[in-house]
Amino acid sequence: MSIIAQRHDPSGPPGHLPTAWGGKGLAPYLLSLPALLLFAVVVIVPLGMTVLLSFHDWGQYKGIEPVFILKNWREVLTDSYYLEMFWRTFRIALFVTVLTALFGAPEAYILNRMKSPWRGIFLLVILGPLLISVVARTLGWALLFGGNSGLVNKALTSMGLISAPLPFMFTETGMVVALAHVLMPYMVLAVWAALQRLDPQIENAAVALGAGQFTVLRRIVLPQVMPGILSGAIIVFALAASAFATPAIIGGRRLKVAATLAYDEFLNTLNWPLGAAVAVLLLVALVVIAVGASRLVERRYAQVFG
Amino acid sequence: MSFLILEKLTKRFGTHLAVDGLSLGVEKGEFVSLLGPSGCGKTTTLQMIAGFVEPTGGAIMLEGRDLLAVKPARRGLGIVFQSYALFPHMTVAENVAFGLEMQGVAAAERTRRVGETLDLVGLAAFSGRFPRQLSGGQQQRVALARALVIRPQILLLDEPLSNLDAKLREEMQIELRQIQRTVGTTTILVTHDQAEAMALSDRIVVMNQGRAEQVGPPHEAYERPATPFVASFLGKTNILDGVTVRPEKISFAPGGLAGRVRTRIFQGNHWLYQVETTGGLVTVIRQNSGEVMPTEGDAVHLAWPSSLPHASRGEVSAQRTEGS
Repeated sequence: MSIIAQRHDPSGPPGHLPTAWGGKGLAPYLLSLPALLLFAVVVIVPLGMTVLLSFHDWGQYKGIEPVFILKNWREVLTDSYYLEMFWRTFRIALFVTVLTALFGAPEAYILNRMKSPWRGIFLLVILGPLLISVVARTLGWALLFGGNSGLVNKALTSMGLISAPLPFMFTETGMVVALAHVLMPYMVLAVWAALQRLDPQIENAAVALGAGQFTVLRRIVLPQVMPGILSGAIIVFALAASAFATPAIIGGRRLKVAATLAYDEFLNTLNWPLGAAVAVLLLVALVVIAVGASRLVERRYAQVFG
Repeated sequence: MSFLILEKLTKRFGTHLAVDGLSLGVEKGEFVSLLGPSGCGKTTTLQMIAGFVEPTGGAIMLEGRDLLAVKPARRGLGIVFQSYALFPHMTVAENVAFGLEMQGVAAAERTRRVGETLDLVGLAAFSGRFPRQLSGGQQQRVALARALVIRPQILLLDEPLSNLDAKLREEMQIELRQIQRTVGTTTILVTHDQAEAMALSDRIVVMNQGRAEQVGPPHEAYERPATPFVASFLGKTNILDGVTVRPEKISFAPGGLAGRVRTRIFQGNHWLYQVETTGGLVTVIRQNSGEVMPTEGDAVHLAWPSSLPHASRGEVSAQRTEGS
């Protein structure tokens, strides 16, 4: 018995971790090392390389030259062509965010008041867009609204309601509608989570004090789910601004956004450094907006909800 | 005619009869408790008065008017919820002012009445705080102030003290009673706590399975329970030869029902005995007057006044039932 104990614990007092682990302090870091390594290899390193790439030079015939210049950044930040594209990206993201908030918040409220089995059924309906491939879903929109042959346009024209087909393909409106459709679940789920934290009696309490249904929603429910709406908005905004497939199919190459622009620079123009500058700029802008917005939310509501 | 009248009030959920033809008259300024175990229909009754639950049948009249024809938002009742249901995004003062705002009371008048009511519940210093910065007891007072500030015709209390710890609950009982006396609002309290109901109410409605088993002053319901259910629900009781006898009414005597002390528990101001008799276990409570008392294993005789009012329901053997 004592021999075994000695062999396992030759020096230190009982209860100490073996010295091979470097003591208690290091163990957590060592245990998370594999995950950290993976994260570094697949996220940090490529990201760092992209940032470096954005400072390299490129020419039609010379290709990429590993030098340090600010040409790409100057071009992206000053050329009105790129500015317009970034402006369009964030304008679309903003409209998508507003649209999902306007539809998603009431949707979540209704969903929250539903009884089973309806709640489950409609939750599935809301999550539906996420379950369908982005390409199939966007092509569905194209089939409904695309040009003269689009189903909805054809029906409306034949009914005499419109004289020309509703423009949808290659329009910002089309992109906003299609993106709002697919990003709606994120807003609904964020607001729903906030609604579930609501005291079930709180609406009754307001009603008993003489508040009408609309007043209850505006004065009691809305302020309490506002943090949910705002966190949903941050997610939706970030996803909308960095979306690729939907803008690529609906906007095509006529109406480019930041993500499709970076793609084109990488794969069509082959100007990787410029594409890298666009991608990095998009990332930085999104991080600044998301962090700034969530700081704002936290500060605004910390005192109330904690 | 009573101030508030419930007439054959009935609520059916599917096949379950939650409230079964409840009739009750409440006088102006009275404090009435609906007391019963969970699922007895007391909360459903309260919610029907408040208007959150639509009755299946029956009528509710307030000062002769049909209350069921009035929308919940127009009934003007003050309600304190078990969870308090305070508005977390509003300060204490804003919470209390909300009902006045809904009534269209002018700002100056509103401020005055909010201050007055917060004074009444002793929270004047906390008007700028948010609910989550308050203790449970303070939140409870805010809920009470919010309900009282609109000068409701009736104050409805739904298990208002059940989230407080025992000591605070007792303090709040006394305070609640004083506040109700001060403002004189007709009050209906829903509770499962018989001590709370007895401490606060002018009258108790003991409910069981959707029906009122007994309606009367606390003392009367305790001393002359109408049914064995009431006897067992309001405190501890023994049923001896079909007669309910309260444990504190039984004394050790030279003669009487013979038995042996099985357990003896000291509870400070009194002793709690369980005595094995030929008729079963009998609970006895004796004041701690400093005298030497029988201990476990002692042979004793039990006696009780024979003239005690009783409720006979044909029980033949002695049995002990313990109330909650």
